[in-house]
Amino acid sequence: MTIAFIILLLPLIAAACNLVFLRKKADFSAYVSTLSAAVCLVLTLGLISKGNLNDLGSFNWIKISNFELNIGIELQGLGLGMILVVTLIGFLVHLFSLGYMGDDAGKSRYFSGLSLLFSMTGIVFADNLAMMFIFWELVGVSSYLLIGHWYHKNTAAEAAKKAFLVNRIGDFGFMIGILLIWGAFGSVNFGEIQESLNNGTYDKGLLNWSVFCIFCGAIGKSAQVPLHVWLPDAMEGPTPVSALIHAATMVAAGVFMLTKVLFLIEVAPTAASVIQYVGAITALIAALMATQQNDIKKILAYSTLSQLGYMIMAVGFAGLLSGGKVLGEEASNAGFFHLYTHAFFKALLFLGSGAIIYACHHEQNIWKMGGLIGRMKVTSFTFLIATAALAGIYPLSGFYSKDAIMTIAANNPVLLVIGSFVAFLTAFYMTRLCVVVFFGRARSWSAEEAKEVPFLMLVPLLVLTVGAIFAGQSFSYGWFVAPGKIPHPDGALLPIVLTLIGVAGIVSGFLLYRDRDKEPYPVRILSNKFYLDEIYIIIVQIFQELVASVAQIIDRYLIDGLLVRGGARLVTTIGSVLRGMQSGNLQGYAFLFGVGVILVLYIINAAIG
Amino acid sequence: MPTLNEYLLMGGLLFAIGLCGVMIRTNIIVILMSLEMMLSAANLTLVAFWRFGGGEGLPAQSYNAQVMVFFVITVAAAEVAVGLAIIVALFRSRQTVEVEELRSMKG
Repeated sequence: MTIAFIILLLPLIAAACNLVFLRKKADFSAYVSTLSAAVCLVLTLGLISKGNLNDLGSFNWIKISNFELNIGIELQGLGLGMILVVTLIGFLVHLFSLGYMGDDAGKSRYFSGLSLLFSMTGIVFADNLAMMFIFWELVGVSSYLLIGHWYHKNTAAEAAKKAFLVNRIGDFGFMIGILLIWGAFGSVNFGEIQESLNNGTYDKGLLNWSVFCIFCGAIGKSAQVPLHVWLPDAMEGPTPVSALIHAATMVAAGVFMLTKVLFLIEVAPTAASVIQYVGAITALIAALMATQQNDIKKILAYSTLSQLGYMIMAVGFAGLLSGGKVLGEEASNAGFFHLYTHAFFKALLFLGSGAIIYACHHEQNIWKMGGLIGRMKVTSFTFLIATAALAGIYPLSGFYSKDAIMTIAANNPVLLVIGSFVAFLTAFYMTRLCVVVFFGRARSWSAEEAKEVPFLMLVPLLVLTVGAIFAGQSFSYGWFVAPGKIPHPDGALLPIVLTLIGVAGIVSGFLLYRDRDKEPYPVRILSNKFYLDEIYIIIVQIFQELVASVAQIIDRYLIDGLLVRGGARLVTTIGSVLRGMQSGNLQGYAFLFGVGVILVLYIINAAIG
Repeated sequence: MPTLNEYLLMGGLLFAIGLCGVMIRTNIIVILMSLEMMLSAANLTLVAFWRFGGGEGLPAQSYNAQVMVFFVITVAAAEVAVGLAIIVALFRSRQTVEVEELRSMKG
């Protein structure tokens, strides 16, 4: 049993303990989960600082003739950064939850769900696509459980269902992709795939398709257009969950997975450009939607979507570009770098919003808040830092990662323009949020009565603030990716332009939303999310009706008519013919009996004779 | 003295009369009597075959046929006892011995 396996299994054991033994002892179960998260964090730190990363353990799971499937652990490069993000933010969210979910009725269930979420580490550890897929699904399940934590609320139950179903579509693509890869390379192990890529011993025909199918998994999990609809709805779950899975870890799984199959994207240029454009479109659409939302968590959710779009776009640049250039590792490093910094400041924003919601007696509408900066000094301070980081203000972490992505995006002018516009929108909607929530006057009694949250909940905020400020510095990321491998803009032009764009967004947001009591410029199409949900409902309805009517025809005429009733009718017909022989006449029976005996004698005689 | 053929003719005639009785008559007691007649026909045939079984107008050496006849007579006696008991029971429950009226087996 290696340390890596302990990290993998400990949270599972904690979750099982909570569910089986500790249902009634809610407080105790919360401590068990938090303790397991802390142990995981410590073990991870030990492992990545001086552990032996070459042999982390592996065992044979399935062996059918020459097909082998291992549960193996591989941890190197970007995975090191990812595992730190997962365990660190996971632990902080546990800590925050101790306060936030303190008096929740389903506390034990909640914490076992949180522990189950550590299946995310399985995605990071996986050394083959099949194992990754298993944990991928587990993450989906735990996300389902946590979004639907308050299942007695109809919206929460439906949001959980929606997240699960929408993810299923993407996962189906992912599964097909894995099968295609297996068909082309004869293996699903990352190392072996790379080897046969280098040797050229693989089937080139469907490579673009298989990469695209694998990307479908990322579209679902990382909530890219057109499967982005589940993420904003997932905000029905408890806020710490939103911070952990819908901002920092689970949705980042898609991006991380793409960086893992980077070598495939490099040789699949068509799929790579699809990835770029899907990311860019997501970034743009989500940012536009975010500017008109009124729910504090929804704004952050759309912001997450938009930033994920950035990351996906950057990773997409790993493929062959028009000029014959292959950015490869540089592009995926840029995408991952943004994932890394984003994890800190977005988790901080979500936990901050959780603190605000907690303080405002579960009020989520930003127009009912206001003036919180005087009442919640520490929370406001950390939230503003995170906002500045997200807007890409020098020298916070977001500035560096956004610069890296823009340097990559500069290879395609269209995407550079989209990216810059999104950067402006990001600064704009975050400023709108901050101005409305923290400044002005309190617009409801819940905002008036708000007071600072307990110290236990402030600790994670402060730790994450440190991360949000310093994650962009090379001492923070240098140990898992060499600083030279992260693209930096040539000259000062791009950083200055981007900073100006960010400042412009902040200033315009400030000017437009200062001292407003309600949305001054309602834009229907944006606040209604381009009516995409409604369109999806119609499409689903049409397909459902179609399938239902076909199924009805089959059921009514083929199964009911032919098989069930047809069989019955056949038996009835034969029965009514045979019934004629049962006359009830004694002598009739005697006659038939005699005829039968004679017939049998005749046949026997003929057979013998 | 009658020949074997005459005995066999007589046996066949008795059997035919018995069969007709079973097929045509509707009174269940008469049907039972007709059955007995068919058995008697079989007995007559067996005895006749014994009597001429030795060749040249002499009886057969073994008594197998006579033993067989005794068996048939015994079984017939038992059969009549059971049959009459059934008929009595039937009459008690249905108040009739006419087979035309006993049609509850009709499908």
